[in-house]
Amino acid sequence: MNERITALRKASFDARPSFSAERAVLTTDFYLEWSGRLSTPMLRALNFKNLCERKAIYLGPGELIVGERGPKPKAVSSFPELTCHSEEDLRILDSRPMASYAVSAADITAYREKVIPYWRGRSMRDRAFAEIPEDWKAMYGAGLFTEFMEQRAPGHTALDGAIYRKGMLDYKAEIAASRARIDWGSDPAALAKEEELKAMDAACDGAIVFAERHAALAETMAASEPDPARAAELRRIAEVCRRVPARAPRDFWEALQMYWFVHLGTITELNGWDAMSPGHLDQHLAPFYEKGIADGTLTRESAKELLSCFWIKVNNTPAPPKVGVTAAESGTYNDFTNINLGALKRDGTDGSSEVSYIALEVLDELQLLQPQANVQVSAKTPDRLLKAACAVIRRGSGYPSLFNADEVVEAQTGMGKGIEDAREGGTSGCVETGCFGKEAYLLHGYLNAPKILELALNDGVDPCSGARLGAATGDPARFADFEALYAAFERQLRLVVDTKVRVSNYLDRMFSAYAPAPFLSVVVADCIEKGLDYYEGGARYNTDYIQCCGLGTVTDSLAAIRRHVFEEGKVAWAELRSALAADWKGREDLRLLMSNKTPRFGNDEDYADQIAQRVFESMYRTIDGRPSPRGGTYRMNLLSTTCHVYFGLRTGASPDGRHATLPISDGASPAQGADRHGPTAVAKSLAKIDHARTGGSLLNQRFLPSALEGEAGIDKLASLVRTYFRMGGHHIQFNVVDTETLRKAQAKPEDYRDLLVRVAGYSDYFVNLDKNHQEEIISRTAQEVC
Amino acid sequence: MSSGLVFDIRRYALHDGPGIRTAVFLKGCPLRCLWCHNPEGLGAPREILARPGRCVGCGACGRACPLGLDPRSLGELLVEGRGACASCPSFGSCAEACPAEALQLVGRRVEAAELLAEIARDRPFYDESGGGVTFTGGEPLAQGPFLLEMLAACRAAGIGTAVDTSGYAPEELVLAAAGLGPIFLYDVKLVDETRHKAATGVSNAPILRNLRALAAAGADLRLRLPLIPGVNDGPGDLEAAAELVASLGAAPGGAPRPLHILPYHDAARGKYRMRGASFELDRTAPPDPAALERAAAVFAASGLHATIGG
Repeated sequence: MNERITALRKASFDARPSFSAERAVLTTDFYLEWSGRLSTPMLRALNFKNLCERKAIYLGPGELIVGERGPKPKAVSSFPELTCHSEEDLRILDSRPMASYAVSAADITAYREKVIPYWRGRSMRDRAFAEIPEDWKAMYGAGLFTEFMEQRAPGHTALDGAIYRKGMLDYKAEIAASRARIDWGSDPAALAKEEELKAMDAACDGAIVFAERHAALAETMAASEPDPARAAELRRIAEVCRRVPARAPRDFWEALQMYWFVHLGTITELNGWDAMSPGHLDQHLAPFYEKGIADGTLTRESAKELLSCFWIKVNNTPAPPKVGVTAAESGTYNDFTNINLGALKRDGTDGSSEVSYIALEVLDELQLLQPQANVQVSAKTPDRLLKAACAVIRRGSGYPSLFNADEVVEAQTGMGKGIEDAREGGTSGCVETGCFGKEAYLLHGYLNAPKILELALNDGVDPCSGARLGAATGDPARFADFEALYAAFERQLRLVVDTKVRVSNYLDRMFSAYAPAPFLSVVVADCIEKGLDYYEGGARYNTDYIQCCGLGTVTDSLAAIRRHVFEEGKVAWAELRSALAADWKGREDLRLLMSNKTPRFGNDEDYADQIAQRVFESMYRTIDGRPSPRGGTYRMNLLSTTCHVYFGLRTGASPDGRHATLPISDGASPAQGADRHGPTAVAKSLAKIDHARTGGSLLNQRFLPSALEGEAGIDKLASLVRTYFRMGGHHIQFNVVDTETLRKAQAKPEDYRDLLVRVAGYSDYFVNLDKNHQEEIISRTAQEVC
Repeated sequence: MSSGLVFDIRRYALHDGPGIRTAVFLKGCPLRCLWCHNPEGLGAPREILARPGRCVGCGACGRACPLGLDPRSLGELLVEGRGACASCPSFGSCAEACPAEALQLVGRRVEAAELLAEIARDRPFYDESGGGVTFTGGEPLAQGPFLLEMLAACRAAGIGTAVDTSGYAPEELVLAAAGLGPIFLYDVKLVDETRHKAATGVSNAPILRNLRALAAAGADLRLRLPLIPGVNDGPGDLEAAAELVASLGAAPGGAPRPLHILPYHDAARGKYRMRGASFELDRTAPPDPAALERAAAVFAASGLHATIGG
């Protein structure tokens, strides 16, 4: 890291995230004046443009890439049109111990006097909760599922390479051409298209204005800058901001700044979850890098410096502050921008380049929370890249995660995408597969599979509350066999998913009706051509994901019941049920029997793995293929992010020996500590699941540092990854840290502020995790050497 | 088809030869090295390790004992056919019944075909990494016929093999094993006969003879020197070892013979406790990095290349 990057990194690392009411106030003023006078798309687009024209802009010392969402780094905007924080919410944000945001008295006053009076009862969240049926609310409150869209916009968007070839002026020309094609004589949607396209056009203007304001600011600063070198940089910044995003970038610097303006535009327009991702950044930048090196305008060092500046910009944009259940299940500043490295090109050749290696170096040196990076490993990926990634992994920050690029392509062609589009796809968010720049793949929230089994074990009643939430599937004591129990589980599963999807569809429609995203629609194919918003089915592909959690816990629970209750008959239902109700109190022997004497998922044993396959099939059949409102279908993921900790708090003791309130298993991983035969056995168990039929599955592995020593340690890790992918696995990520270090960090957090660990599909600072998450990571089986 | 006695199988074993390997631990060893880190693999009969700290007092072990004993209160290492368990018709039933894993049965009789199937589970990883199976122990050559059968079966199945051995075995057995093409992870502990006997309980004459025979036969020899402070790091010890290795000449193909210095570690202390045995080296600390560097330098002086660790 050079001096500039060291200083920028330190400023970013040290800045405390703060809340900014600026966007909320500007938006409220705009709605006060214009709501009811414009079509919804135009209202949204002109509000966006107004923000671009008026929000405070920032250009910090030493910066090369410019622009912030808020008035300063790590100042986070709010989106009262979606979720209007109460005064109490704001005070809690300021004072809560984890993931807090500094909130000023002036911001609270602005909320009290202007924002809250307007948005109470008008925000999407208030309107939605007024309409949502009681059975949904009961299940939601009990922790059977979560709902992403109840307070944030659907996101998970990643871009393709179009914005490096076209500027906003080119997009405006495309929009004009599309408007000219509207068939006013026979298309009943003509007016809606016209309004949407006009809105897209206005949104392009907003992005251009925003950049030009930065150009003007840089010119002004250059004029009074005493240091001639910095003055020259500022003039160059001005030149870049005059060029992009209006026109296509010409060099490496402009390409990064182009993406960053588009990124800022999308996260200013709405607070999509996850933020926004550049997709295959190394592939997008490679032509600019090669051209710059060839014509002598760029060096490897200057490219790395620019990329580092960009990286720090992403770190400056923490997630918008969440409330309620969503804050409880996702208490992180991370907003999940995820950069894909390696992978395949559109034509099927290897996508790695020198930029991939530079990006890995930047990732390794900066050790920041954001952005995430992953390496997409295909059969064509050179070993050199995979080993470079493994060497970064060995340092212990959990970066980068690794994906099977060939499976990512297969998963997409399997759902009917063209093969070239599929190769342009990859991973965004944590592990979610999508077609970059061409797909709206919305996440609708997590599903708590162990809790669904809990309903089946209690005739549809939630033992935690005594309330009837599920179907009356009968007293398990009367079940003749395991099949009867499994049938009850499937019935509960269907009811819970039915209940969830009904509201997911409703929320989906609310976004299209009240919060379309004309700016985002500009940069995602084929919204312009169709004259349709991203949230209206404008994208080429439309998919809806439900993320299933707790495969390991539910598999082990079913295996334990099958083995001990039905096959060996040593445990009676009444005995098991009262032990579960008492959280195993006084029955440690029974708990250990269920835990230790059961074949469990993750050990390459068919007894348990076949149950996992069966649970997978049940979830797949229940979710996959349901039509969604935007013309796509629902699909399943095996991903929990941090929700397995929240779900654990909501789930009583489970038959696999897990205590009440402890986390359920994460992603597609085995239950914490259940895998006892090393990572190859875990990989083989996981490979028995058909990952390509999901939108992504997550596998956590924890290694002790000693397992990765030397050149041979790297080689063997790389071989492990290659083999897992050859067997069809989707994703694997590693924590390389010993328990002692984690315990020390718990005891003296001030000494471990920058200890990054892999949490779920992302890394976070260990000391910023709450105690439950810290313990969950420690409880994961550490793969050691023998 | 014969059967063998296995006391552990570890997948993703990283320090037992090239690539990703499965380590198969065969029970029983003629040596009694002071530093042995698998003491539960020494005796040929099966035995039971006890972890009283895990016991929840449920009494399941006593109920399962065909002799009506309480395994928790016998105060001796439970060994098949010995002591309190001398007449037990179903040795290990107490451990199998223990839900808390406070009692652990060490030793499992397994048919060659069954063991091959277990080894083959990680075949995709061997294929990718150039790995395979490593037979270790205990002393794998102590179950000679079974080892030969396994080596042949693995070769037929296209799975690479390694034998982690002390070399203390009949020469014809060693050469028969070599004929099946494994890598030999071969210990060079002490050249001095008297002190070798004191530290391991056996003469090193057959060990040195077998080593020369394997070198002469062109076997793939990977030498390993466990560096035990106070045992084999005295004046002249390492020089003698280096001289021995140098005397073997170059490996087939002319490359220098790889030698790994394995630093003593005390991770096995807990296992001694579980067996109710005392650990002779209880007060010995692992060698420090400087000592390891000095050891490597001794081999370098003889024109050899020593690597620290597996």
